Parts: sequence; structure tokens; C-alpha cells
Amino acid sequence: MTTTELGQAYRVVGTSPAHHDFVDKVRGSLLYAADWQLPGMLYGRVVRSPVPSARISGIDVAAARALPGVVAVLTAADIPDNRITERASGGLAELEVAMPVLAADRVRYMGEPVAVVAAVTPQIADEAAELVAVDYAELPGVFDVTSARADGAPLVHDVGNTLVTWQIRCGDVAAALAAADVVVEGEYRTQHVEHAYLEPEAGVGWLENGVLTLRVSTQIIEHAATIAQILRLPQSKVRVIATYMGGGFGGKEDMTVEPYLALLVWHTRRPVRMIWDRQESLVASTKRHPFLMRYRTGADRDGTITAQQVEIIGDAGAYPNLSPRVLFAAAACACGPYRVPNAAITSSAVFTNNVPSSAFRGFGAMQVTLAYEGQMDLLADRLGLSRARVRERNFLVKGDLLPTGERLDTCVEVGQTMRRALALLGEPPRPPRPGTLTGRGIGCNRQPYGRTIWFRDRASAWLSLQPDGTVLIRSGVTDLGAGQAASLCQIAAEVLGAPLDDISVYIGDSALNPPAGGTFATRQLYMSGNAVLHAASELRERIAAVAAEMLGSSPDQLEFADGRVHADPEGPSITLAELAAACDQRAISTAHLATWRAESGSFDPRTGQGDTFPDYTYGTHAADVAVDVETGQVTVVRYAACHDVGRAINPMRVQGQIQGGAMQGLGYALAEDLAVQDGYVQAGLFANYLIPNSRDFPDVEVDIVESGEGKGPLGARGIGEPPIGNVAATIASAIADAIGVHPAELPMTPERILALLDQRPSATRKEHHR
Amino acid sequence: MTKRRVVLDVNGRDHETWVQPSDTLLDVLHDQLGLADVRYGCGEGVCGTCTVLLDGEPVSGCLTLAVQAAGHRVTTLRGLMGPGDVLHPLQECFLRRGAAQCGFCTPGMVLTALDVVQRLGRPTREEIRDALVGNLCRCTGYTKILDAVEEYADLAAEP
Repeated sequence: MTTTELGQAYRVVGTSPAHHDFVDKVRGSLLYAADWQLPGMLYGRVVRSPVPSARISGIDVAAARALPGVVAVLTAADIPDNRITERASGGLAELEVAMPVLAADRVRYMGEPVAVVAAVTPQIADEAAELVAVDYAELPGVFDVTSARADGAPLVHDVGNTLVTWQIRCGDVAAALAAADVVVEGEYRTQHVEHAYLEPEAGVGWLENGVLTLRVSTQIIEHAATIAQILRLPQSKVRVIATYMGGGFGGKEDMTVEPYLALLVWHTRRPVRMIWDRQESLVASTKRHPFLMRYRTGADRDGTITAQQVEIIGDAGAYPNLSPRVLFAAAACACGPYRVPNAAITSSAVFTNNVPSSAFRGFGAMQVTLAYEGQMDLLADRLGLSRARVRERNFLVKGDLLPTGERLDTCVEVGQTMRRALALLGEPPRPPRPGTLTGRGIGCNRQPYGRTIWFRDRASAWLSLQPDGTVLIRSGVTDLGAGQAASLCQIAAEVLGAPLDDISVYIGDSALNPPAGGTFATRQLYMSGNAVLHAASELRERIAAVAAEMLGSSPDQLEFADGRVHADPEGPSITLAELAAACDQRAISTAHLATWRAESGSFDPRTGQGDTFPDYTYGTHAADVAVDVETGQVTVVRYAACHDVGRAINPMRVQGQIQGGAMQGLGYALAEDLAVQDGYVQAGLFANYLIPNSRDFPDVEVDIVESGEGKGPLGARGIGEPPIGNVAATIASAIADAIGVHPAELPMTPERILALLDQRPSATRKEHHR
Repeated sequence: MTKRRVVLDVNGRDHETWVQPSDTLLDVLHDQLGLADVRYGCGEGVCGTCTVLLDGEPVSGCLTLAVQAAGHRVTTLRGLMGPGDVLHPLQECFLRRGAAQCGFCTPGMVLTALDVVQRLGRPTREEIRDALVGNLCRCTGYTKILDAVEEYADLAAEP
């Protein structure tokens, strides 16, 4: 082992222990948001609009209120401040449109909440919800971004249907395109996608000591501030506790049950539980943005890109949610891991009367992968170069400028990930049977980790060495199931030398934990990992002075390992408990709070130049597919993925993130589609929304590059979101290789593949009949 | 609706409870008996998070009425553990192989996997895939789950 950033060989980092929450999970003893009962608890239910666009001419709650067992029926009139506000994005003014908690006089999407009820049983709550009589006068709506931007389109909001437009400009695109040896053009479309975490939105709320407390499945406990605003309560009187989530993927980044639970608890003064039905979740929870992307790419004859012109339009649905930031990430990552000296990128979020789109693993930076990789394949085919060759020629390297004018200050190992992913696949496949075409595809990506830089991100963590030598960590981090809390324990164990079993971590409580800023944007290993690393290192420095004194050594000679502090490998040692006692005698605190700050910067939305994200994770996927020319069915034969994670804190969890992300991506590429028709969600049942099952796809083979140059703790890069981004591009690339026509619309269903097969110029057919 | 008294044999113990004829086994196990290892995921019998063994066979708790379960042995994940909550060897394999992320699907997944190994002895990886088709996982991509079940099948097949 080599000496490391900590001055000693890693003992815990780089290993894959099963940690506390995983033991609870395989025991089945972990208590999720729905697994909490309190005496006198009521059951809450949201009444939702059955139509996508209408004026509310009246709401009659008398019958619902009269039903025995009903305790509350609330409408917009019962809410002190009926707005869910989003903080504006950098450089832009405050968003003019706020989403109401409950619609007052107008509904803008199917599933929009209009009333909320609480009753003594779930059945009575359901019945009461049915009895709430709402008069809807239907209004014309807009259901796709193109009609929403047409002259005279019905307005979703009075301010107009374009929510936000971002522009990034560098060089002279028009001149560079005119001078290019080749120009390839593509128009790409993606669909509405459901997160489909297996744990539906849920929570329980109660009043305790005058504090409104919610125990919910959420990625962000900081929503406590928004809840306080809605109820016009002091922020100190609202507490949010996040449970370990049964999956989130961005879908629990906006509030889900929180404001409705809060209203019911506040009005009834009783505990309330709310669980959204799966069917309700399918219809009304936020989705991944459908994107329409138009790309023009100019290149020299040798494949060197000279210019790229990009237009991206995202369907925001009926309310802003996080659309401005999603479309910003799309613009900032529109050119992928490639050097583009002349770029003109425009991205817009457009209101429609569809279900709101918001955060979903990849956050805009993943949809664009289909387009920028599709362009690379078109370029390769046009120039007669291999797919790998044309990519190699254009990969970014450390020190390069992005179209925003930022200079990359960490290494870019995307080439290595590509070579390794292809090496995993080995020999190209043979057609499994006559009537089948086979192909191999690759997809590279660049996905940010960490929040947009203008938010001046920070995270705090508190550590304590207990009198018996065990360790406590307190952090406001929330855990989606990716091991966010467990990674913090591994980092603390590494620095303090405490056995992992001696470390407990308390997370996800807005009242008791130092704020960590929510789990999203692949930011928690980067942010809270660094916060814990600093807290532990600073605590160690303080107590090392005492240990050195006890051991007759110097602080920098000490080694913290196995629950002890050693003067040198063969020399004397003391236990952490003895050290804690010695600190206590000297009145030296063994608890420590640290705050870690991400780098900051600014972005000018007028020039499209400035700072965007702290850093990126790069990776490549490669796949072999077989296409049945009779049915259009695509079979994924083999699938390989490789990402540079900087340093793998827990290699097994890294593999798990990559395998799981790739599998979600396979569903997105080939099957998943919420199919929103004229504002009506067609997939009303989970049986109609096909997420991958154990039989649909092969194992995802994983290789990991550890460049050691990330900005996370000990050189780590984030890996939560990145591995979903490559997949659709990789499969599209493989299909194009097989059939000679480039797919550009998701999901790539058999019907769409058959249509592409019909477009094949017969000259390029390469059917195999062996 | 009038409630009726039923006795449910759950994890080797009789539980007397009052249920409505329309109450699902899922609702009664989760809300009345406090078994949080049986979970609502879809209510359609599609996702498998409410899987329990009924006389040893996997069923969806959301599609089974509580009254139908009377007179049958109901086993939830907790029922697999020995005295002092000692993990079942299959659970140990899940831990070792990192076969859980969010953990929401894990109880149903383990129960269905146990059933296929008990039925087929040493099922192939493909047979395990087929058996787990009704237990959805959105986090792991299944690979580590299949690894865990194969490891357990090897252990269980040892003489």
C-alpha cells in the first residue's frame, strides 16, 4: 500500500464492509416512512384534478365533512400562504410563477391537488376524497413544447409559456460551420419518465412541544423552511426528519407529502399519516423532462470537431419546480466530454399542461447524452472513422476550456474508461440466428457532481469521540439507499482509527443535525464526505497532541488504527477510550463541528460565460445488441460500464451504483414511457409502466478507474447520477451499428425500430444469414 | 362492514385479530400486526414488495385477503431468522454480496429467492432470473442479487 493523503495507508477506505443500514435492510427491520404509527393517528388523502386544464368554478366540501370519521377537509382557502416557492437560479430574477399547495381557481395538470382530507381510517379518507365535489370548467391546454411556443397558444401561466432560456456562446459558430469539411445534423427526442422508486411517497406528522414535526421520505430536510412559510410559522417551529428512503432518484427532491401532512397536522392538532398510492404517484409525482434537441456539428475531415450548434427545449409541465436548473445543466453539458471551440447552445424550459417535470438522476445532463453521442456516431459514419477513433480525437483533457470559458482543473480519463469498457466486451458478437442483426455501441459522458457553483454550497458535520472510545457522527445528510451515511462512517473510521462497528451516524434531522444541504446533484460524498473528513482530521489533530504527550512521541508520528493510537508500529499505544479520558482530564473537548465549502464562482446569463459546476465524472458504456428484423425487438446481449470515480471509498457500493444506474438507463432506452396524451397520463397502473425486471437485461459488467483526482474526499468523484447517462446513447449507437440507421427517439421500442428498418437504404444492409 | 375474528399463523405464532372481509393480508400484517417487513409498493401485485410465503409459496400480500390466509402458515422475512434474530444464510449472502441498496424490495426478494432454491435445489442463474421476475428492484440492477442467490444455492446444495 502506498502513503496517502492521510499520511498512512488506507485501512477502511477502499474496502466494502456491509454497514448498519444494510444489516437492518436484510433483516427487514428498517422502519421506512410508512412504518410509523402514533396514538390517535389520522389518515390523509389528497383530492386531485382529473383534468389537465380547467377553471375551478366551485368546491363543495359539505358532504365530505359530514361523513362520520372525517376530521378535516381543507382547500386553498385554509392555507395561510398558498405558495411553494423555488429559489431563483443564478443570475436570473426570482421566478414569477409559484406553485400553489392546493389549486384555488385553476388547475393546470391532471393530478394537481385541489383539496386534502383527514379521517380516522384510510378507507374513510378515500371515501371523503370522493365526496369532495369540484366543478371544473375545462379550458384549452397545451401538451407539447412546440405548440406551447406557437403564436396564440393557450397560456399555462399569464407570464407566458417560456419559463426560462439559457444561452452559452463561445467562438463563431456560423463561420466555423460554414468552413467545416462536414456538418452532421440530428434531432433527438426523449420521453416522460417515472422515477418508480419502490417506496411510494409517504410520511407521518405530529405536533410535539409546539413544533410541527414531519417524519417523511425526502431527499431534502431543508424544505422545513418552505413548510414554515406556507403555514406562516417561525422556522424554528417546523422540524423535518428524513427516513432512510426506499429510493429517491430525484423524485423526493421536491416536496411530496410534506405540505399536505403539515396542513392536516396543523389544522387537526393530531398525528397524521399520508401514503400516496402507486397509481397516484404515477399520475402526479414529478417526471423526467422530455427533451427536444436539435444539433448541428461541424468537423474537419479527420474528425476534429470545430463547431456545435445546439437547441434544447424541455417540457417543464405545469409549474417551474427545478426546471430552470435542469435546463441549465443540459446547456452546460450539451457538448459532452468533447472539445468544442465554437459553440452556440440555447436551452429553454417551456410550460405545458402536462405533469410537472423536475429532478431525476442525471438532471438534464443525461438527456443530452443521446444527442451529443448520436452526433459522434453520425460523424464517424460520415467520415468512415470508427466510433472510438472519432471520440478519441475530441476528448477533453485537463486544462481545456469548456464552452462556458471554464478551465478543467482535474484529469479527464474518459479515454481510459472507453478502452476499458470495450475490453470488457471482448470479441464482437455473432448474430444469434438468421433474421438478426448485431451491433456494438459506445456512449461516453460528462456528468457534474456537486451543486451549480453559484449556490455557494456548504455542508457541516459534527463528530464526537465518546468517553468509551466510540464515535458519533451527526450530519443532516439524507440517505437514498446508496450508502450516503455509511460512506461518512468509513471516512471517519479511516481518520480516527475507530473500528467501523464503533461508529454510529445520526442523519436527516433538521432540528438536531448540522445542515448538509440535501442529497441530490451527486453532492453528498463530495460535500458531506469532505465535511466529515475535515471534522475528523481537525478532531484528530486536537487529540493527537494529548496522545503524543501520553506516549512521549510527536503528534505527526502517531498512527490511529484498530481503536488505538500507536507511537510507532512496534512501540507503545493507548486506546481511544484512554485518550478520551485524558482529554476529559485536561478539559479538552472531544467533539468537533466542521463546515466544508465548495468552491464558488459566478455565471453571467447574458454572455453565457462563467462558472457552472465544481467538477465532473466521466465514463463510458459499451454494449452488444441483437436486432430482430421481423419484430424490431432489441436484445441487449452484453453490457459493460466504466467510470473514473477518482477513488472508490467502497468499491462494492460503487459497482452497485453503476449497475443500478445502467439498469435504469436500459429501461429508459428501450421501454419506459409514461405516455402523456393531451395531458392525460396513460400509464395509470404500475403494470403499464415497465421498469426492468430480473429477466429483461443481462448483468452489467463493471470496471472502475481510480484517477485520484476528484474533488471529493481523498480524491473521490461522485458516482450517484453519472452511470444512467450513457445508456440510451450506448444502445442507440449499437442499434445504429446493427441496422445502419441512427435512432433518435426514446424509448427505442420495437415499433420505432421497425420504422427505422424501413428507412434502411438497401445498399447498407448487412443482414447475416448463417 | 362488519369485522370478523380471524386467527392468523404468522411466523410460527397465532395472532387473533379482527378484520373486515375486504382487508388485505398486507394491511393486516403491516398496520395491525406491525410487520414492517411486508410493504405496500403498488397494490397491483406487480412489484413484489409485499411478498409473503403462504404455506411456503410466495404470494402478494396486496392481492390476498386476510380472511383467505386464516388456516394457512404465513411467513414474512422475519420468520426466516433464528432465535436472537440470527440471520438466515440467504440473508448473509445478501449482506456479503451487497445485494441491497435502498432495501425496500429486499424482504420480498429474499423470500422469493428462498422459494426457488428450495424448489429447484441448485437453480441456474437463468432460473433464478425467471423466479425473481415479479420482484422489482429499482436500485441494484439485479446483478448483485443474482450473485447472492447463486452463492446461497451453492451453500444449500452442499452435502
